Amino acid sequence: MVAISSSRRLAALCVAFCCALLSAGPVHSQEPKPVRIGFVTFLSGPAAGPFGVPARIAAEAIVESLNAGKAPAPYNTRGFGGTPLELVIIDEAGGTTKQVSEFRNLIERQNVDLVIGYISSGDCLAIAPVAEEMKRLTVLFDCGTPRVFEERSYKYVFRTRPHATMDAVAAALYLQDVRPDIKSYGGINQNYAWGQDSWNDFDLAMKALKPAAKVTTSQMPKFGAGQYGAEISALAQSGSDIIHSSLWGGDLEAFMMQAVPRGLFNKSQLVLVAGEPYLHRLGSTIPDGTVVGARGTHGVFAPASKLNTWLKDIYTAKADHDPNYPAYSVALAFVGLKAAYEKAKVTKLQKSIPMGASKGVKEEMEKAYDVGPSDEEVIAAFEGLTFDSPSGRVVMGLGNGHQAVMGTAYGTTKLVNGRVTVTNIKAYPPERVQPPEGMTSPDWIKGGMKAKK
Amino acid sequence: MDQYLFIIVDGVIYSSWLFIIAVGLTLIYGVMKILNVAHGSLYALGAYAATSLGGYWIAQGQPPMGSYAMLILAAILVGLIAGPVIERGLLRFMYGKEEVVLVLVTYAVFLILEDLSKLVWGVDPLSIPEPYSLLGNLEFGGLIYPTYSLVVVLASIVVGVALALVLSRTRQGKILQAVIHDREMSAAMGINVSRVYLVTFTVGAILGALGGALTAPTISVQPGIAADVIVLAFAVVVIGGLGSLGGAALGAVIVGMVRAWAVHKWPEVELFSVYAVMAAVLIMRPKGLFAIPEARKI
Repeated sequence: MVAISSSRRLAALCVAFCCALLSAGPVHSQEPKPVRIGFVTFLSGPAAGPFGVPARIAAEAIVESLNAGKAPAPYNTRGFGGTPLELVIIDEAGGTTKQVSEFRNLIERQNVDLVIGYISSGDCLAIAPVAEEMKRLTVLFDCGTPRVFEERSYKYVFRTRPHATMDAVAAALYLQDVRPDIKSYGGINQNYAWGQDSWNDFDLAMKALKPAAKVTTSQMPKFGAGQYGAEISALAQSGSDIIHSSLWGGDLEAFMMQAVPRGLFNKSQLVLVAGEPYLHRLGSTIPDGTVVGARGTHGVFAPASKLNTWLKDIYTAKADHDPNYPAYSVALAFVGLKAAYEKAKVTKLQKSIPMGASKGVKEEMEKAYDVGPSDEEVIAAFEGLTFDSPSGRVVMGLGNGHQAVMGTAYGTTKLVNGRVTVTNIKAYPPERVQPPEGMTSPDWIKGGMKAKK
Repeated sequence: MDQYLFIIVDGVIYSSWLFIIAVGLTLIYGVMKILNVAHGSLYALGAYAATSLGGYWIAQGQPPMGSYAMLILAAILVGLIAGPVIERGLLRFMYGKEEVVLVLVTYAVFLILEDLSKLVWGVDPLSIPEPYSLLGNLEFGGLIYPTYSLVVVLASIVVGVALALVLSRTRQGKILQAVIHDREMSAAMGINVSRVYLVTFTVGAILGALGGALTAPTISVQPGIAADVIVLAFAVVVIGGLGSLGGAALGAVIVGMVRAWAVHKWPEVELFSVYAVMAAVLIMRPKGLFAIPEARKI
């Protein structure tokens, strides 16, 4: 009994000491070696403006704030568990081959400890196996393809944002709720994996929810086409109730610039599954009544919280607009990783105490504190982790605990005093918009999108 | 029936846009035998300059109609600056080398200009939508078309007719044709070939930039637009026959019509259709429909 009691006391002492260490920061005069984070985002090319640059701004703002220990609880310790963060930012432009060699450079030459990055699904699919081969913790922050964890499982790769299946499924659910009278729908999507997957998922979801609705036309202009005159004529002639689109970047902006003056949306309601990042860019060009989503409760859909206010404050200090969903995606990656790192560090500190020892405890813990957790320890802490974020609660619930799960929301745009607002917002829980573990997205949608009980 | 009408209208608009971009490319090839990959960059520079000049004009509160003049001025400025710099500064040292070497040189210029435009204008998309909507819309068969599309059609007709007249009815045009047929003989006859090349490249650069400047009001101008356009422009001139003005016009009409047909009738093959036509033409006439016959030199 005495032994048990002393163990308990020791454990309590240990937990108290861990917490004190984490909240007080380093106890040594020597500043701990920073965690070097390779951050990969589009700094040039069509994805830079709406996605890449907001992501970079967010990453820089978040790292500054975390290093200063100014984030709200539970992220108010400096850096990751007292260890400061250092960013090495590189451009994602250039294609998958270039990105694979850049990834290797980050690890072998730049000596980064971990990598956060990738907006393009193609890059994510290419990088994940390389990260696994090089045994380097990599957090995918924005790309959408569900194939990353539905086709393979990884130990070193995580994605802290939900995958793209929810875009199409939630759009169909939203239309079922707000436009039960839909008789026809068409689409315009880019002719590559993202556009085709988005249209196919939406079409399958609509067939499951509104089997009587007819498909009018599916336009698939090439990526970067720029000229959409014929597509707009075809869509206008089709008289669709709904026009689904996953267009993004300059393609979306060009399409809107050409379609709005031609009155395309006077008859058809536009659904932009990746529309949220463009609200500030397109401004009044977006017609009233456009349905927009953000793949998760990001941006305008984010719930009010201290974390949300924190992100908005630190972001708007560096930019002239509110953070959009890529900025929120970056926040998820950093706070998720911070939560995992600190959980791993506490676990490591607890384990560092020699069993039954009463002497040398402080020295052993300081030694463990200085070294920090290994990749394997962070991974173990990250798998299946639940953490709070500026977008709400996130659960690493798919892909054997490596793929984030969260709810999503859709809304309808309305111009108020020259500013685009989103109204009639409807939120959908994760189980209604994402397939359960072990099931691929197409199979789940075809099977009627049954929620896991 | 309506659908075929829309196919024709959409096809004509797209063909006109393509022609303006491709005609400078074919002119440069016809005279200088240079397949100018940097033509796409000149298009992009024209678009960027148009957003800057047009945007400045509108921001100053000047009459909005003047923005059309700004688009044209932007194209002329880009052509007058970039054309001579590229031709005098680089290409003239490469004359006489194999065509493939010149392709590589212009590809290098393309990459340099891509980076230059990022340095000057940054990576954020820019736009100047005012000229697109300023002229209002036309209703045609129940569909709305912006009057600006008609401006593009007219501009392409003016460019095509003007070039044809200059080539066939003026002394400078005759000199140009002489250089096209035999550079060495022309030089021997006292023609300043070097000057002809400079003028041709500059005019080609102005036409490339004009394509970009007229496109700027309809798109979001950003890095990458050069590469998207140059591939299509190559398809047009290859179908028509490299170096042929009539070929560029026919190539643009074929590509525009085929694409419009595909979009309306069979959208799944839209991307494939243009290149399928190009492949079919090349199988039947490897040098394009309007290729200029070459005399075999013994």
